[in-house]
Amino acid sequence: MRFGVLQFPGSNCDQDCVHAIRNGIGHPAELLWHKESDLGDTEAVVIPGGFSYGDYLRTGAIARFSPIMEAVKRFANDGGLVLGICNGFQILCEAGLLPGALVRNRSLHFRCEWVYLNTLTDRTPLTQGIPPDRLLRMPIAHGDGCFFIDAEGLAQLKQNDQVLWQYVDAEGKPTEEANPNGSLENIAGIANRQGNVAGLMPHPERACESLLGGTDGCLIFQSLIEAHQQQSSPTMAT
Amino acid sequence: MKVKITVTPKKAVFDPQGKAVQNALEHMGYQGIEAVHVGRYIEIDMDGDRETLRPQVDEACHRFLSNPVIEDYSFEIE
Repeated sequence: MRFGVLQFPGSNCDQDCVHAIRNGIGHPAELLWHKESDLGDTEAVVIPGGFSYGDYLRTGAIARFSPIMEAVKRFANDGGLVLGICNGFQILCEAGLLPGALVRNRSLHFRCEWVYLNTLTDRTPLTQGIPPDRLLRMPIAHGDGCFFIDAEGLAQLKQNDQVLWQYVDAEGKPTEEANPNGSLENIAGIANRQGNVAGLMPHPERACESLLGGTDGCLIFQSLIEAHQQQSSPTMAT
Repeated sequence: MKVKITVTPKKAVFDPQGKAVQNALEHMGYQGIEAVHVGRYIEIDMDGDRETLRPQVDEACHRFLSNPVIEDYSFEIE
């Protein structure tokens, strides 16, 4: 599966994503500069973390107007798989491809630590392959990761099964202590209604090699790859 | 013309910066502070008259300078 990793001025997890996909997952990945207007033969888009455009105005606010984002919107609207990580999640919200917004952490502190995530649905390409009841351990590193949406939007997210991950403690409980940024209902990651566009604040690409402290991030990428392979292969008669 | 835009967090959005500033002001001894909200001020110099600028500025505020999910805005054209 061919991954395209977007690169904005100020992205700083772009090379990590390429490395993780190529070496941790074993699939091809190429960088796509933000001035490009075409995704080429990309089969999945990753919008990496960092500080695109220095986080000026608001996180992700300027990156969403880069030419590549028009191509990403077309790709997403045609059902293409798009994953936004950290700043990539913020960009997807600003672009209107995901609902809600990410605001300043309640503590006002930049949080850089490992967290546990509970996967709430197996309905989406990114989560269908994650074993039930398997908590994911992954690092976070952000100052603006507090997920906010109005009450009506939150109700819709839950009703449509769009909340993919919640911050939980080691026992799997979504406690206040386990919430690193004050996100509504401990939300760490969501998808659009169709499930093909998703974003999360934690960094799966930093958890794809045991040398780095964990390999749970692989489960997310592998789930995406399996979903893509199922889509592309002819339906088996049963 | 000078366009003066003020962007503030919506009431429903928790504003930790405002809360931190409020705590500091109270710590300094200022009394009677009920709430503090920290927002953003943007100034734009533009050619044109007030009537033509108003819809353009409004659109720019809505599409880009503020995020309607979390922020409110107001502006003056002088």
